[in-house]
Amino acid sequence: METRNFKRVFVWELPVRIFHWVNVLCVIVLSLSGFLIANPPALISSAEATNLHSFGIVRFIHFAAAYIFFFNMILRVYWSFVGNKFASWRAFWPFSKKTWSNFKHVLKIDVLLFNEKVHDEKNISIGHNSVAILSYLLLFIVALVSVFTGFALYADTANWWLPKLFAWVTPLFGGDFMVRSIHHIAMWVFILFTLVHVYLVFYHDWLEGRGEVSSMFGGYKFVQEDRLRKAAKAEEAEEKSNKYK
Amino acid sequence: MPTEIEKRDTYYESIIKQGYSRRDFLKFSTYMAAFMGLESTMVGQIAESLEKTPRIPIIWEHYQECTCCSESFIRSNHPIVADIILDKISLDYTLTLMAASGHQAEAAKKAVMDKYKGEYILCVEGSIPLGDDGNYCCIAGKSAKETFLEAAAGAKAIIAWGSCASNGCVQAAKPNPTGATPIHKIVKNKPIIRVPGCPPIGEVMAGVIMHVVAFGRLPQLDRLGRPKAFYGKRVHDTCYRRPYYDAGLFAETFDDQNSKNGYCLYKVGCKGPMTYNSCGTIKWNNGVSYPIQSGHGCIGCSEENFWDNGPFYERTTKIPGFAVESNADTVGKVAAGVIVGGIALHAVGATISKRKELSDNIKRAKSNEKNIDL
Repeated sequence: METRNFKRVFVWELPVRIFHWVNVLCVIVLSLSGFLIANPPALISSAEATNLHSFGIVRFIHFAAAYIFFFNMILRVYWSFVGNKFASWRAFWPFSKKTWSNFKHVLKIDVLLFNEKVHDEKNISIGHNSVAILSYLLLFIVALVSVFTGFALYADTANWWLPKLFAWVTPLFGGDFMVRSIHHIAMWVFILFTLVHVYLVFYHDWLEGRGEVSSMFGGYKFVQEDRLRKAAKAEEAEEKSNKYK
Repeated sequence: MPTEIEKRDTYYESIIKQGYSRRDFLKFSTYMAAFMGLESTMVGQIAESLEKTPRIPIIWEHYQECTCCSESFIRSNHPIVADIILDKISLDYTLTLMAASGHQAEAAKKAVMDKYKGEYILCVEGSIPLGDDGNYCCIAGKSAKETFLEAAAGAKAIIAWGSCASNGCVQAAKPNPTGATPIHKIVKNKPIIRVPGCPPIGEVMAGVIMHVVAFGRLPQLDRLGRPKAFYGKRVHDTCYRRPYYDAGLFAETFDDQNSKNGYCLYKVGCKGPMTYNSCGTIKWNNGVSYPIQSGHGCIGCSEENFWDNGPFYERTTKIPGFAVESNADTVGKVAAGVIVGGIALHAVGATISKRKELSDNIKRAKSNEKNIDL
């Protein structure tokens, strides 16, 4: 019994991986500082307020991370126009027949855990699968909600024009109360998403053994040999035979 | 447009007739300039304008309200405000303070509305019930809606006093049995100044109305129709306890040492960080104090739905559509728990359902292991 032959394929380019990990850091920092801002811990201190700025620092970290999160997101959107086919915005286009048949497949096999009678390797997505695509689209919208509500809350105390661009968001919801609530709920969506996302990455890595986890570090995934074009295969075989001659 | 030309007293003439000196008048103008956030060179303009402008008739309607706005207004820090603007000189109709009553009062109002059509200012205190054909609030045999629409039709501008007229306030809180509605949702074709607060600060009210009468135009409004001069900043951002917030020094309860030290009331539910008002700068009772200075958190009375925005003494993030007791964190924690449980179940289920695939994978990989060419 032998394993199937796999080929190493470059899937996640460096900007995509940088985006991913910067995003991870930002979400962690933003959530932690966000929790602190929403419900600050009791600080036992005898210092005068003049000599303390601890909560101001927490807020500064939150705002700084928010800017990084925002510009990181913009760079990712830019990369979806110049990056490879796995990073392209086309990969995230949800309204194609292929997307929906793959969606049904993933739902059946990976979410509801049915077994397929005949294994079709074509159903294994090389980049994102369709369920993942939809979850990232949803998360993108939630990220936009966070950005819009966050900058809206920040706008009144900001000196820069950029956060002020979002000042119109607050009146839409009648005031800061609702905006703050939405901002807080959006953070919870990120946390819940992260739980599922991390688990599913482990799940796919464990079941399919294609380097799902490590792909976000090195950028490589492993794809079955017979999915590559014949010509490429022949070329490779020739190269191999020459090498070992 | 006025149908007859008649000599109306200017504000200055009215003030002098009331027995105030010119010195009082100038002090009053200075106060007003300060409240409106104008620079000192504008004092002259206000004084000049009050000297030349004939008084503008004001109709002040009361609907579903508690009259706290009127109370606040007549206590604003310069007596001229109450005497001249509100008292017999300018105010042509107000249920609380006018001398006339019954048919006479209604007739007087009708006369003003006809005579000064398109000129008078309509001040509205209170929300208007739209439920059950508006029967929950009737004055002189007419529903509030009917009276309001009639008065609004000929008004030059409308001022919505207080949270009732601006946002609906307590009577519009869920379940809003009378269908209480703020006025900007009823009349759309008139300039409306919203002056929320329960009540609004007297000086703010004076500032708004003086701006309209002295300059003949509306003050600069924000997107929610509130005067920017008074509602441009959060209470939090103008609060004298703000340094404690930035230092992370908070009162944990109302009777702890931190509270006695005058630390920030953020953790005991102060709504200052979400509330736009002038309490931190103009303050209350002639600048004596304001809630936070007196040791109580802001309750956010000038914000929309302030009765439905969650408890006054807790910092919670209410989730729309959920029960009052649940906040975003509770729901989030429960959801996270459910998801972690679901993940565990899924992992177990996958191990069972995919056992063949997994064992095949392992077998293949093990055979490779054996065949490693060391």
